[in-house]
Amino acid sequence: MKRLFPILSIITAVFLAYALFRALVVAPADALQGEVYRIIYYHVPSAWTAFLLFFINFIASIQYLVRAKASTQNVARWVVIAIGVIGVGATFLPQVQQMLPTGMRPSAVATTVLMIPAFYFLIGWLFPGERLDVLAVTSAEVGVVFCTIVLVTGPIWARPVWGIWWAPGDIRLTSTLVLWLIYVSYLVLRRFSSSAQTQMLAAALAVFGALDVPLVYFSIWFFRTQHPQPVIGGGGSMDPRMLQTLLISWLAFLCFAFLICWSRFRLELLQREVEQAHAMESLVGAGVTAKPSMPLTRSSR
Amino acid sequence: MNAIKFLFAAYIATWLIHGFYIGTLMRRFSRARRQFSELEKGK
Repeated sequence: MKRLFPILSIITAVFLAYALFRALVVAPADALQGEVYRIIYYHVPSAWTAFLLFFINFIASIQYLVRAKASTQNVARWVVIAIGVIGVGATFLPQVQQMLPTGMRPSAVATTVLMIPAFYFLIGWLFPGERLDVLAVTSAEVGVVFCTIVLVTGPIWARPVWGIWWAPGDIRLTSTLVLWLIYVSYLVLRRFSSSAQTQMLAAALAVFGALDVPLVYFSIWFFRTQHPQPVIGGGGSMDPRMLQTLLISWLAFLCFAFLICWSRFRLELLQREVEQAHAMESLVGAGVTAKPSMPLTRSSR
Repeated sequence: MNAIKFLFAAYIATWLIHGFYIGTLMRRFSRARRQFSELEKGK
């Protein structure tokens, strides 16, 4: 594993450099916006990556909340399966298809719905026990970093195109800011609360916070907004070179996000080991004899 | 077009934010490692 990280870092760096080359050189200029539209290659992949990380945080938080009782865990498992089956089946009903916004493909909706059970079982299998909570805090923190980039690059793009930095009251912009604030408050709660219930409270906050993600994503379909309509999955058209560059940029940022998450995950494990060892020292100092539940290891270093 | 400066500003801002976050990660890592080795020495 120690060798894998530097190898993946080099691959990611090459990938990011290639994405940058394509964004600046290969992709053609936009007919209306000129060169400044190339901000899309950083703005949109950062937004998609943030959404994915918040989704992972949501699933990990749900798993963390339900795992306390075996019966709740079983119910949650069946609910998730039902969501997958009913959700996919419903997207092929003509009545449901009529309700979808223009340009939104039923297959895209079905794939998104299928991600819920797929991620639920994958995360539950890969991150047993306390590691679920570690994954939740990791994905929230890295998600906030990517969401910050969205909120910074968006106004920089808006200024030359719209003539303003920010459109007050615009639902896409406001809901994204609210999403960022929710996850910042999640991190603040985790950082400064010393209650034994902090992890549970944070998981509950994350579940409610995740409800804002669909609102952010679908706001441009359902509301009148200054923000442009989607060009992918929304009935718009895009030059194939632009589309390829956008997807390559997203893949490169996904690899980058994976590496950052990996480091943050290891850091969290190490910090928890140190905290536990400090707690054990305090107990021994107070004359209490107890065996550590997690001995000091070098596993997370 | 003068708008090109906004393009570079957005790209630079992105990497500054990532760089800042990676910097904080490295600082927290070294602090946790130092605490860990101090605890090991004290055992």
